[in-house]
Amino acid sequence: MPEVVVSIGPQHPALKEPVNFKVIADGEKIVRLELDLSYNHRGIEKAAEQRNFIRVLPLLERVCGICSHSHATAFAKGVEEIMGLEIPPRARYIRTIIAELERMHSHLLWLGVAAHEIGFNTLFMWTWRDRETVQDTLEEMSGNRVHYGMNEIGGVRRDLTPAQVAAALERLPVLEERIRQYVGMVNSEETMLIRFRGVGKMSREEALKYGAVGPTARASGVDYDVRRDDPYLAYAEIPWNVVTDTHGDVYGRTRVRIGELWESTQIVRHCLENLPESPIRIDTPKNAPKGEILSRYEAPRGELAHFIRTNGTDRVERVDIRTPTLANWTSVAACLVNQNIADIPVIVAAIDPCLSCTSRLTVAKKDDRGSR
Amino acid sequence: MTDPVSILVYIFIFPGFLFLAAYALFLAYLDRKIAARMQHRVGPPFFQPLADFIKMLGKEVINPAGVDWRLFDAIPLVALAAVMTAFLYVPVTGASPLSFPGDLVVVLYLMALPTMSLFLMGWLSRNIFSAIGGIRAVTQLFIYEVPFFLALLTPAIMAGSWSISEIVAWQQQNLWIVFFQPIGFIVALIGLQAKLERTPFDIPEAETEIVAGPWTELTGRRLAVMDLTLDISLVVGSALIAALFLGGPALPWTLNPAWLNSAAGFLLFLIKTLAVLLVISSIKVATGRIRIDQLNDIGWKYIASAALVQVGIVLVINYLWVAP
Repeated sequence: MPEVVVSIGPQHPALKEPVNFKVIADGEKIVRLELDLSYNHRGIEKAAEQRNFIRVLPLLERVCGICSHSHATAFAKGVEEIMGLEIPPRARYIRTIIAELERMHSHLLWLGVAAHEIGFNTLFMWTWRDRETVQDTLEEMSGNRVHYGMNEIGGVRRDLTPAQVAAALERLPVLEERIRQYVGMVNSEETMLIRFRGVGKMSREEALKYGAVGPTARASGVDYDVRRDDPYLAYAEIPWNVVTDTHGDVYGRTRVRIGELWESTQIVRHCLENLPESPIRIDTPKNAPKGEILSRYEAPRGELAHFIRTNGTDRVERVDIRTPTLANWTSVAACLVNQNIADIPVIVAAIDPCLSCTSRLTVAKKDDRGSR
Repeated sequence: MTDPVSILVYIFIFPGFLFLAAYALFLAYLDRKIAARMQHRVGPPFFQPLADFIKMLGKEVINPAGVDWRLFDAIPLVALAAVMTAFLYVPVTGASPLSFPGDLVVVLYLMALPTMSLFLMGWLSRNIFSAIGGIRAVTQLFIYEVPFFLALLTPAIMAGSWSISEIVAWQQQNLWIVFFQPIGFIVALIGLQAKLERTPFDIPEAETEIVAGPWTELTGRRLAVMDLTLDISLVVGSALIAALFLGGPALPWTLNPAWLNSAAGFLLFLIKTLAVLLVISSIKVATGRIRIDQLNDIGWKYIASAALVQVGIVLVINYLWVAP
């Protein structure tokens, strides 16, 4: 059979965000994949250079609607390091709690999306309902469901009251019970097993070669997690485990994410129970000294890197954001080869792509269709 | 019931056209509501399927460039006519007045037509998603149709008749066939699920892969009619399984007067079709979509073999014990 080009996107009912795949297929098997990612350039990096630190944080939170806290924390953490500040322990713990709650809602969302991609809408509805529990907790703590606005250079903006801590601790057992149920479902639900096992397989060597990060890499046996290997916030003081898996396929990625869900509940519980007493922020200088830093952060999707260069003023000279999705795309293109066309959605979804966050540049190119 | 008026009433009002359409929309509502409640959603209001139907009838009909619009108009109507005709031979209140020896084969044939029309539509649409969906629909047809036919023909072998009404009459005198043929019953339910393209067999219209498969280019009244066709297929399929395996509308004894007998039969018909619906809705909620190559494996290796085993068992039973 000759090779056929199936063009998917940028507008397609199955896509949640604009991206263009050119799938070159031979019958039902995929030969090659060509990607065009950058449809949503928003000029955030340039805008960040023109605002002072206080105004940059809310802007960077809007890089992503799911891992908003990750971007704000990565930036705040980097600037604090340049300024040589040590934030108070209570602020570190609160940041950690929000970060892990964010990871939980992100992974629950992902689990639902992955189930939806294989037409298993029941799990989709269930996980999204349980995600509401996490969202409610976040809303109680920060006042917002999506952009929490908790971070500030030098600490956090809101303290946790004992009532909020108690309410959050009350919700945790419900989540733990539901997560335990999902562990059972993923390991025993027959249609999920036959759609996830052996699909989109990637060996440890390939994962390293293509620079995969986060759960995608950990599912292939790469034992790497910024939270442990370059500890920040409160992670060095909390007992928790890095979840890895050796399957290397979508099934492995599901198992890693569900394992991380469990770890997150335990981290949140530990932080809430051992919340240190201290102020929640310190006074910071207005300007940052001249300096450069690469601030790394384990976002729900993998390692997030903010490169920050300051020049002695109250704004950054350059901030460069490398989202985990960008690091994972190469591995997707590689593990789609020789797979079934029907498995494209689930393999793509398995890295939990966040496309518009990834869009960091746009190429102005004159061609027949005019400029783009 | 041989005078022309009552036959016309049977075909067009009850239990034919009018009742059938209403009941199909009701089952569609129940199906959606059951699924929604199982998924912790609220689900649609009672008149939603009817409202959808009327709304779609009023929507603009779009002809994709280069498509033969006459054929595109005709295919959904042919499919609808086929399943509506099929229903006339299925017993509702008692034996169907139109039944004849061999109507089971006709019903099975007519029920295969919607799938074929989906394939044709996918082929005609000149759309890559529709074409893939159409090919998947017909591939799937080849996989499930054989075990489905085998499973539905074994009751005929057991009862020694190819007429649905006579099979029901046989069950009235003996036992429900499901007690003799549990494997066949399960295969028939799986086959029905695949025929109606519901999860885990919604491969031809997998929305995350190929938009809506053959349905992609359907708009307005074509979409409305095709939707109604599948809803009616659901009624016909569950009524057929209820008749062949669960004793249909027949009571083990005869009630007097005759209208009471018919009313009781109708009630049984409702209960049994709803029971079948409950089972297939649960299957829909509890599973994800499998891949076409995986269905090929499962279908031929297990489902078809199970159907064959059932045929063998029935032949042995027939040999050992001749039904009175």
